[in-house]
Amino acid sequence: MDTSDKKKKEYQKAAEALSPNSHIIKDCIWAFFSGGAICTIGEALTKYFETFSLGKDSTSLLVNIVLIGASAILTGFGLYSKMGKRCGAGTIVPITGFANSMVSPSIEFKAQGLILGVGAKMFTVAGPVIVYGITASILVGLGHYFLAG
Amino acid sequence: MDYLKAYITGGIICIIGQILIDKTKLTSARILVLFVVTGCILGGLGIYEYIYNFGGAGATVPLTGFGYLLSKGVVEEVDKIGFLGIFTGGLKSAAGGVSVAVIFSLIASIIFRPKEKN
Repeated sequence: MDTSDKKKKEYQKAAEALSPNSHIIKDCIWAFFSGGAICTIGEALTKYFETFSLGKDSTSLLVNIVLIGASAILTGFGLYSKMGKRCGAGTIVPITGFANSMVSPSIEFKAQGLILGVGAKMFTVAGPVIVYGITASILVGLGHYFLAG
Repeated sequence: MDYLKAYITGGIICIIGQILIDKTKLTSARILVLFVVTGCILGGLGIYEYIYNFGGAGATVPLTGFGYLLSKGVVEEVDKIGFLGIFTGGLKSAAGGVSVAVIFSLIASIIFRPKEKN
């Protein structure tokens, strides 16, 4: 009894030591292919909108509008979260994941009203991203003003 | 060729995110914050420019690209109007993306019903 328990534990330890890594590799492959695919769609959209010759800023904004819109629609139909289960970071890290993080809670919490439901929950993830993004940009601005300017 | 470069660049950035999720159990909110800040700082140091020149949309579509956009905006604005540009440049460059995300979220919340969790 004692030895079989020990063996079981040893086996579990060995299995745990092995499984997370294969798990990580699998996750990374999914992340690479899904995230890369989203970026390639972005590249194709960039090339398409460049033909309008509106300038770099407008082109990248148009690309973002399409990607954010597509993400909002997929999120609305519950498809983005299904993709996310497999793709992991591949669907979180691109701008579509950022859009998903805003759209998803605003739909989920609409029952709590337009102000404290939709309006507030929309920024559960986007809020911190904007807070620390702005902070970092101010630091970069300070650095540029005092060091490079 | 540009498509392949975008695929590889974007894919690698996502792998970095995936490793962080699996190894450190960081939540996706923390990952996104980390990526924006990293992109912004790498942009400020002039390093992200190289990634962008190589990867194109592979560098701009991931959230590090959002950080890069903030840094580029603030640097341009400081060059244009001086000290006050420190406070306006970042958000100005991100204004379009953020506004679009807000209005689409609002519209989606009106159109769609919450999905039952399973």
